[in-house]
Amino acid sequence: MTFSTPSGPVKALAGATLAIQPREFVSLLGPSGCGKSTLLRLVADILVPTEGRIEVGGESPGVARRRRVFGFVFQDSTLLPWRSTLQNVLLPLEIGGSARRGRADALQLLELVGLRGFEAAHPWQLSGGMRQRVAIARALITRPQVLLMDEPFGALDEITREHMNQELLRIWQATGTTILFVTHSSPEAVFLSDRVLVLGARPGRVKLELPIELERPRDPAVKETVEFARYTAALRRALAGETTPE
Amino acid sequence: MVRRYAMSAAGILAILLAWELYIRVFKVPHYLVPAPSVIGRTLVEEWPTIRRNVGRTLVEAVGGFVLGNGVAVGLAIVFVHSPAMQRVFYPVAVAIRTVPIIAIAPILVLLLGNGYAPKVVIAALISFFPTLVNMVRGLEAVEPSALELMRVLSANRRQIFFKLRLPSSLPFLFSALKIATASCVIGAIVAEWVGADTGLGYLIIVATFEFRTGLLYATTAVGSFLALGFFLAVVILEKAVVRWKPATLPP
Repeated sequence: MTFSTPSGPVKALAGATLAIQPREFVSLLGPSGCGKSTLLRLVADILVPTEGRIEVGGESPGVARRRRVFGFVFQDSTLLPWRSTLQNVLLPLEIGGSARRGRADALQLLELVGLRGFEAAHPWQLSGGMRQRVAIARALITRPQVLLMDEPFGALDEITREHMNQELLRIWQATGTTILFVTHSSPEAVFLSDRVLVLGARPGRVKLELPIELERPRDPAVKETVEFARYTAALRRALAGETTPE
Repeated sequence: MVRRYAMSAAGILAILLAWELYIRVFKVPHYLVPAPSVIGRTLVEEWPTIRRNVGRTLVEAVGGFVLGNGVAVGLAIVFVHSPAMQRVFYPVAVAIRTVPIIAIAPILVLLLGNGYAPKVVIAALISFFPTLVNMVRGLEAVEPSALELMRVLSANRRQIFFKLRLPSSLPFLFSALKIATASCVIGAIVAEWVGADTGLGYLIIVATFEFRTGLLYATTAVGSFLALGFFLAVVILEKAVVRWKPATLPP
């Protein structure tokens, strides 16, 4: 797949073919610069490919975007600092023109992400983990069929990150959305996913496609099992030799 | 908080006290430099005259403030949405900035007569440029990921402007408006020097030629208080509007 930049076309993903099932949890793993974030943005129609094809439920990404199929969670929470937690969560509905009906939903989502009671707090009053929960609630408010997550927990400390991983699995099970998750942590990918795709350095190719057959629901104890270690070792091997360009 | 204000007040008081003492000890004649006490007395005695003139300057300064900042904000909005317009008109704005205000004042009096108009225009010109620059920067200082978010949400241009760009530009706008409060008072007074029959600038000229040094100092102090009051009004407005901690602090 190719997309154009001010400095000419860039081949971000070469020969990457990928089909994702509804309600599936798929992680993209790879060194920085391999095009995993780009792939996510191509799916969400933030970037438009000049070559290659993406279909979301039989539609083009642009049509799917306007039908509000996607929820997107960025690496930084991207909350609007002048809005309260509740107002931030309601932003997608406001833009869609249906904020009035969404209040009850928003409160329910804040309950789901464990932030009930923080409706009136502003982003600067929340910790990094809490801000990311608000961002997840905001992404879920439109009841998206596909949740796209770009290293959402990359900036969090280890303890918060583990906790957020568990929370995310709980939320995923409660909402039944499809999740495409970008990360550069092998254990995180194994713990969360049904399937992990390892992308190589630019132009990104899929180096390994690894189905994770650990039982669900998963709890952190699974990380101490032999199978878990085997999966992360396989990912590590696939990543080895892949150095970050530049 | 109280302590901070007390310390600021103490600094000003100390300077006034030193000034008063110097004048008394060295017996400096009042027509050269009046002591603070003399200025205070003049302020009370001449208050009816000063009051008649201060209203005029206030109207001119506020008029210039509204006009200059209004045009600057409007132009900044146009610039952010149209790079072509920005390329065409930004150099014009810079050119206006480089024209010395004192030099342009007589031209404007010739063009616009002796009334409010040239004063308002000069006060507007002087406060226009900093606001334009800051507002453009503020409107452009949006996180790239916030714009990506708006794209995913399929927001239209109007929504992106009102829900994202405008609120994030407000801290930048207010830091420009605070600069503009003082400069538009200066603009109004300078314009009055060139041709006026009322106003603080006019009073300064009269007091100078008639050697009424006390009145000259008192008028200057009133001009300063005018700018200070204006500044505080904008600060109060800012506190009421910008109640969040901005993610990126303007300079």
